[in-house]
Amino acid sequence: MWLEILAVIFNLRTLNAAIRMSTPIALAAMGGAFSERAGVINIGLEGMLLVGAFAGAVGSYATGSALLGTLLGVAAGAATAAVFSIFTVEFRANHVVAGVGINILALGLTTWLMQVVWRTRGISPAVARVQSIRIPLISDIPVIGQVIGVQSPFVFVMIALIVGGWVLLFRTPLGLRIRMTGEHPEAADTLGINVRFIKHFSVILGGALCGFGGAYLSIGNIGRFSMGMSAGRGFMGLAANIFGQWNPIGGLGASMLFSYADAVQIRLQTMEIALPHQIIQMIPYLLTIVILAGGVVKSRPPAALGNHYRSGGGT
Amino acid sequence: MTRKTDETTLPAGARSRPSSSSEAVRSALTELGLSAFAIVLALVISALLMVTLGYNVALAYQSMFRGAFGSLHGISQTLLRATPLLFTGFAVAIAFRAGLFNIGAEGQLYWGALACALVALTVEGLPQPIAVGLPLLAAGIAGFLWGAVPGILKAKTGAHEVITSIMLNSIAIFATTHITSRYFKAPGAVDQTERIVAAAVMPQIIPGTGLTAGILLGVAIAALVAWFFGHTALGYDFQAVGRNADAAEYGGVSSKRIQVLAMGFGGIMAGVAGGIVVLSLLNRFVANFSPGYGFTGIAVAVLGRGNPWGVVLAALLFGALDSGGMSMQLFARIPSDLTIVVQGLVIILVAAPAALRAMVRWRKPKVEPVDVA
Amino acid sequence: MHAVELHDITKRFGTLVANKAVHLTVTRGEVHCLLGENGAGKTTLMKILFGLYQADSGSIRVNEKPALIRRPDDAISLGIGMVHQHFMLVPRLTVTENVIAGSEVSRNGFLDMNAAVEDITKLAERYRLRVAARARVENISVGQQQRVEILKALYRKADILILDEPTAVLTPQETDDLFEIIRRLKSDGKTVIFITHKLRETMAISDRVTVLRDGAVVDTLNTAETTPAELARRMVGRDVLLRVERPPSDIGEPLLAVRDLSVASRFGTAVESISFTVRAGEILGIAGVEGNGQLELEEAIVGLRKVSSGTMTVRGKELGSGPDARRMVGMAHIPSDRLRRGVVPDFSVAWNLILGSQWRSPFSRNGAFSRKQINEHAERVVAQYGVRCGSIEAPVRSLSGGNQQKLVVARELSRKPEVVIACQPTRGVDVGAIEYIHNQLLAMRAAGKAILLISAELDEVRALSDRILVMYEGRIVAERSSDAGESELGLLMAGHQAEAG
Repeated sequence: MWLEILAVIFNLRTLNAAIRMSTPIALAAMGGAFSERAGVINIGLEGMLLVGAFAGAVGSYATGSALLGTLLGVAAGAATAAVFSIFTVEFRANHVVAGVGINILALGLTTWLMQVVWRTRGISPAVARVQSIRIPLISDIPVIGQVIGVQSPFVFVMIALIVGGWVLLFRTPLGLRIRMTGEHPEAADTLGINVRFIKHFSVILGGALCGFGGAYLSIGNIGRFSMGMSAGRGFMGLAANIFGQWNPIGGLGASMLFSYADAVQIRLQTMEIALPHQIIQMIPYLLTIVILAGGVVKSRPPAALGNHYRSGGGT
Repeated sequence: MTRKTDETTLPAGARSRPSSSSEAVRSALTELGLSAFAIVLALVISALLMVTLGYNVALAYQSMFRGAFGSLHGISQTLLRATPLLFTGFAVAIAFRAGLFNIGAEGQLYWGALACALVALTVEGLPQPIAVGLPLLAAGIAGFLWGAVPGILKAKTGAHEVITSIMLNSIAIFATTHITSRYFKAPGAVDQTERIVAAAVMPQIIPGTGLTAGILLGVAIAALVAWFFGHTALGYDFQAVGRNADAAEYGGVSSKRIQVLAMGFGGIMAGVAGGIVVLSLLNRFVANFSPGYGFTGIAVAVLGRGNPWGVVLAALLFGALDSGGMSMQLFARIPSDLTIVVQGLVIILVAAPAALRAMVRWRKPKVEPVDVA
Repeated sequence: MHAVELHDITKRFGTLVANKAVHLTVTRGEVHCLLGENGAGKTTLMKILFGLYQADSGSIRVNEKPALIRRPDDAISLGIGMVHQHFMLVPRLTVTENVIAGSEVSRNGFLDMNAAVEDITKLAERYRLRVAARARVENISVGQQQRVEILKALYRKADILILDEPTAVLTPQETDDLFEIIRRLKSDGKTVIFITHKLRETMAISDRVTVLRDGAVVDTLNTAETTPAELARRMVGRDVLLRVERPPSDIGEPLLAVRDLSVASRFGTAVESISFTVRAGEILGIAGVEGNGQLELEEAIVGLRKVSSGTMTVRGKELGSGPDARRMVGMAHIPSDRLRRGVVPDFSVAWNLILGSQWRSPFSRNGAFSRKQINEHAERVVAQYGVRCGSIEAPVRSLSGGNQQKLVVARELSRKPEVVIACQPTRGVDVGAIEYIHNQLLAMRAAGKAILLISAELDEVRALSDRILVMYEGRIVAERSSDAGESELGLLMAGHQAEAG
């Protein structure tokens, strides 16, 4: 048995699956990174993923085009985030409460609307989906080819987005402003930085990323929407973001680690090796707690995370 | 830099005045008024949604109201569904008062339910009060232990209780499923335990309706919580830590101890919620049974604005939504999941009192704390 | 040529009027002091000029042109820069990042850090603001952080620089350096508005001075033509009454004794082997520039901070750990930061008056409150100490600063303590409350209690204390009697032990 387990662990197909599975989690993690770097705690990632998945499927169903579906998913994720940011930034809603509200609202809306659209509560009929692509030269390279040679276009776009997100956050003026806003909004304000704009921008960008990740879930892979299909991936993204130290690339690394464990577990399950798979599924969450408790590396969230800031005395 | 826990970062529910008096009553009424306004607004938004999609709004709300309050059966259903929410609402509200966010009620509920079911499998032959009481005690203890973990992590390492609680929720669900399927699985496809012994089933207060004594226990707990926060030194310490931890330390209160206790007490409530679901609804532990009682508890606490009787009202409202939703689906042919939409809207609206105030223009002259040095 | 003209500026916060019809004219190229007590409205006025607050009425002209300043970036583009009392710096970012944020140096849309570092180094050299451009702000000293703040303003080409209580956190040496920098800025043609409540600094650095009291302008004077006494009179509205009546008292046995007390801090040692005794009927004053270990000393004595070594005794008995053990042996504590430590603003007056006694009889029995006892106690104390509040159920948040402080003093003194640790007891309260609190402390002294007074206000320490210890960099550097001269004590506080004798 141990030999078989090792064979699964060191298997390129497992790695291929892990990258695929990490896509929505890494996107949610980056969504969380932008939001939290600007000082907004975002528990609503889960709901934004779910809305993206639903809108992606509906768009694809209505237009027959998976591309248009994806765009609708991105837009819906961004719109959900916009509601969230208006309430948290403009109306100074408690971030966690509003985030919980977004999650419940997203679950209610998507479950309700899927019955309105498809008259079914459970799994939608098949809709147009984005096909995996084979990259001609890369797929022929022995090891790399097996891992990323044949993948969904979502995976490639995700990797590009992660790198782009990192550059935006750490190498551009806008990124510096975002980081300053999350650390010390008053300082940012006194430097003439528009704190409200930065917060809205970051949260909505995060929502768009979740929307994209959600669209991958529904139309990037199976081509259907199912009730509550985000299934905790938004919370996993939340964990991956912390694990990755509020850095998109770190978040991707953490998502890959989590997904790898999951991929191994799933493959072992299909091989009917009786490993307690729930225990393997716990690993990401346990690791995140250990990280948060300062067990491995010191985690340091943005200093003004969760605070409200309003410039001016108010009249 | 230290994390500022100023007033605005506290949950809205933690803001009602701590000691009862005419002033406190007035502010509580204002708060409840805001909550009521949020509910109305959520119903209006949902109505707009229904109109847009061509549903009959009047019929929908009529059948919903009738389903929830129109008959003895409906009322019983409302109360029955409100019961676990009442407890998870307190699970969140108690921690709120100490300035902590117990988003982990869901996980605490699972452990409470499992512990309760396992004890309730063994109480054969005991008199009914004990046969019911022992499993509930086990549920409370399990909830306390799991609930205290984020409190301990926060006290020892500063890890944010919101994030650790979320992680612990997932862990609890996986762990209880694993334990059930591996060690206590009843024959069949579903991961669930055997049926609990008959004596442990919670007695019904209106025979034939399914409504059990759990709701009475819930109301008793509300009175207990109100007394705890208004009339005890420990309740004082909880709120002192919640409002100003540095001043609490000055007053001889160990805020770390209070953090652990507050999360633990919240855990007791969530654990008992799980226990009550097992003893009155499921009569066994079923893996993954919760439709999100713990998360709805956050809504209940926020809507009740941390006020014990507000929590009772909020739980009743959500119970009514739940039971009314069924009848809406039946008579107006509108999927009952719309009630979840209403719940979500209510939470978001209640989270932002500033938005509600702006809408009703209850603009009292407000002295903002400003540095005028 | 006027750099800034404020006309008829009024600003309210709820019922509080922070600025009343203020007129202020600042001439280009001058150093203009805004002098006033805490709460006089100086900072609010400057935050309006900088666009952080909006005036309710009035108008602003900058460089002789009408100016509409709605946000800080409006002020910045008009050449106004502000150095805030609480630094607006992000500890985990570098000096350069802190300076350039909002006006970044970029190339093709990306940050150009090397160019930015070069710019800032050049700018710093020009004004001799020594600071390492690549260092993280959390790793540099407070004085350097202030230079970063000045750099931020200069980098944005500020011609008009507002400095809000800039010396509050500085050592005397750093203050001298700052004054050098200000003179250099002035000679470079910049206009400096300097907010302070310190007369000596006003006399030393300003060309003109505008005195504010209760939100209104009292007068604008040429510094060369005025005297500290005249300024003080205008600041407080009457001859300074700090010469309180301190009758002789019978000094008795030692009540509080501290031996070789050391307290560690994040950056090393905050308090280094301090010893002293406070006797019955005595006020022992500890003078010092803020940030020389007074806070750590305070917290160690009252049990809110771990000590690294040393002993503390009350009536010869060693103190246990934590604030509760202190209260048991009759120690009362007026904390230096009342909003942080002294009160729970959301709690009612009655509940705040039992803070620290909430588990004690008669207020609670086995942990259950006696509402009757709590309310009776509150009514009694409020009446006796003249705390003005709507009712004992009113949240303390709704009380004025002076009444909040009176409440703290009332709570602590009504415990009938043997030893009183009074820290910055009159900070941020009005003159009337200051007088009241001073008299209360003197009454405790007359009643044979031991009082330790830790205060950054030298005048207060001199007026109240029987003996004065001077604290500098965590040590007691001198002991003087109450008639020691202000200048001698000032030098000691600045660390000039040799010259002071």
